[in-house]
Amino acid sequence: MNPQPLDRFAERLRPEVRQSVHLGCAGATQARLTALTRDFEDPEPLRRLAAEIRQHTLDHLDTYLEAAESSMRRRGIEVHFAEDGETARKLILSLLRDHGAQRICKSKSMASEEIELNGFLTRAGIAVVETDLGEFIIQLDEDHPSHVVRPIAHRNRGDVASTFQKHGLGDWDDRPEIITRRARAYMRNQYLSSHAALTGGNFISAESGRLVLVTNEGNARFSLAASRLHIALVGIEKIVPRDRDLSVLLGLLARSATGQHLSVYTEFIAGPKAPGQPDGPEAMHVILFDNHRSTVLASSCREILRCIRCGACMNVCPVYRQASGHAYRHVYPGPLGAVLGPLLRDPAEFPEMADLPKASSLCGACQEVCPVDIPIPDLLLRLRDRTHREKIPSSGSSLPLREWSLLASHPLAWRAALFAGSAVNLLPPALLPSAALRTWSQHRTLPKWRGGAFRAWFRLRRRPGGPEAEALALEAEELLPGTPV
Amino acid sequence: MTGDHRERILQSVRDALRPLREHGHPAPYPEYDVASTVASRRLTGGPSWESFRSNLESVHGVFLDSPAALVSYLHSRDAQRGYCDPALASSVRRLLGPDFTLDTVFDRDQIDLYAFGITKAAAAIAETGTVILHDTRTSSRLGALAPWIHVAWLTRDSLLTSLGQAVSSLGDDPNIVFVTGPSKTADVESVIVEGVHGPGEQVVYLSD
Repeated sequence: MNPQPLDRFAERLRPEVRQSVHLGCAGATQARLTALTRDFEDPEPLRRLAAEIRQHTLDHLDTYLEAAESSMRRRGIEVHFAEDGETARKLILSLLRDHGAQRICKSKSMASEEIELNGFLTRAGIAVVETDLGEFIIQLDEDHPSHVVRPIAHRNRGDVASTFQKHGLGDWDDRPEIITRRARAYMRNQYLSSHAALTGGNFISAESGRLVLVTNEGNARFSLAASRLHIALVGIEKIVPRDRDLSVLLGLLARSATGQHLSVYTEFIAGPKAPGQPDGPEAMHVILFDNHRSTVLASSCREILRCIRCGACMNVCPVYRQASGHAYRHVYPGPLGAVLGPLLRDPAEFPEMADLPKASSLCGACQEVCPVDIPIPDLLLRLRDRTHREKIPSSGSSLPLREWSLLASHPLAWRAALFAGSAVNLLPPALLPSAALRTWSQHRTLPKWRGGAFRAWFRLRRRPGGPEAEALALEAEELLPGTPV
Repeated sequence: MTGDHRERILQSVRDALRPLREHGHPAPYPEYDVASTVASRRLTGGPSWESFRSNLESVHGVFLDSPAALVSYLHSRDAQRGYCDPALASSVRRLLGPDFTLDTVFDRDQIDLYAFGITKAAAAIAETGTVILHDTRTSSRLGALAPWIHVAWLTRDSLLTSLGQAVSSLGDDPNIVFVTGPSKTADVESVIVEGVHGPGEQVVYLSD
């Protein structure tokens, strides 16, 4: 057995981390389901509609990009294009310098994580403050978000209390309410003393040129209200054709992400503040950002660009729940990241990430919960196929499938193997004949080997009766509950 | 610099889509009725203020529709000083009486002084319990955001039925925000805490 990098990472996780991740994910998965079934008789048509809207946009992205650009310009928004991270970083820095901004407040933006903006700006002498509570804690810890919606999914309250204490934000106190109050008090001064606000963008309407920003905390709203300059870094795929489409996507985003029927603050921004309004930016710049997205669009996995970053796929994923977000070695974790991670890298770096598409049992839960119905399992298979075609040496392949197929196609050999398998019941775990089984059984008990029960049951169907047969039937019933014997 | 990038990005997007245009089937825009996106189970009281109220309360918002209720609410919170939209100040003073101090200019240096902020809202959405603030009609974004209590001042004729109706008629205002309940977070261990950066209490006052 050649364990996957993701497995190796998961193995080293502290139990507290695993527990935080698991509880958060299970809660969010349940909240999503409750919200959708509470509010809609059948949420499926809505999910399909959202998928169609997003896919249509992607299939006509050139048209919609130009439409969005011209709508935004008409509204007084300065529009820029950045092909890669380097360009985006330099552009942001030069905008800040042009406006004399030395401090910026940042709202959660995964795009900015892609280009490691914070480090770059800090080195250039700009003070950067992350304003979303989770992102703020990540910044204090010099950590990375491990989830697209809950950045500190891998931290518990005790960790946060220690971080706050270390950074002079009060004595150790792990009550979430106290932590939140302290962040509130600290952040107000940051907002009021910052010149600029940097945000991402959840959507841009091609029709009206409105940038849509969604938060629950109100941090984006506050940082915009207090600053003079707004810079938004937005992936080119975030466009929707018309304003009305937002009703489909906003409701699904909130329900899928957190089980809310709508996020608390949904801001629709079309340019600098209104004349007469005392608070808010006098200038607004939107940077449309490619960073390999057009390459993804050209690939066989372009459906992944439908993603609206709700995080439902990671919440439901058994692999993510065990491994946590950092195991994916990229900004985007979970099933989304297993597809997008390798694709958003330079093509030359694909081999380094080629193990990620294998980090899935293809159980299909991710597609089932996806608000835009991305066929993630299919995309994972397409990427595995690419790994195969490009002859990328496979880390993590693993199951002896060739041997299995030999056995499975020779009935006699199969029978012998089933019989021999029962020897496993008598072996202590340390002597198991497979390294994979030995590793697996370090933390778990192997179920009793029951090879042959199905065959016995099948024989019985033709020849019922007799006490011996009944015992076998019972065993078979245990193995295949609910099957009429 | 970004001009070149514009051309290059558009070109890569066109190149990416060419095979689809020539040999595939680009997905058509789905024609749909915005009414089909409504969560009708949230509107069992019809498109009414009753539905609005129940949806607002489902996110811990507070619905008040009489001067006495507003006065007693603010008293119960020990909220005596606040920011108020200058255009509302005289009616609010009449309504609240002499126990309250109203500032009609939001002073950033006194940000912690304001226990409440009273500003006009442009509309409300029954389906979601949302209040809509327009930049042109909100006297101060900070006045509606920084104090612990925000009172959104609404008139009876301003009710929209659904989110779909609201996003389909955003109009020309440069900055519109839909506010659905108090500011909140669940970043720490998924425990919901209200009042992160914005108000911890979102009040809707329905005036006659």
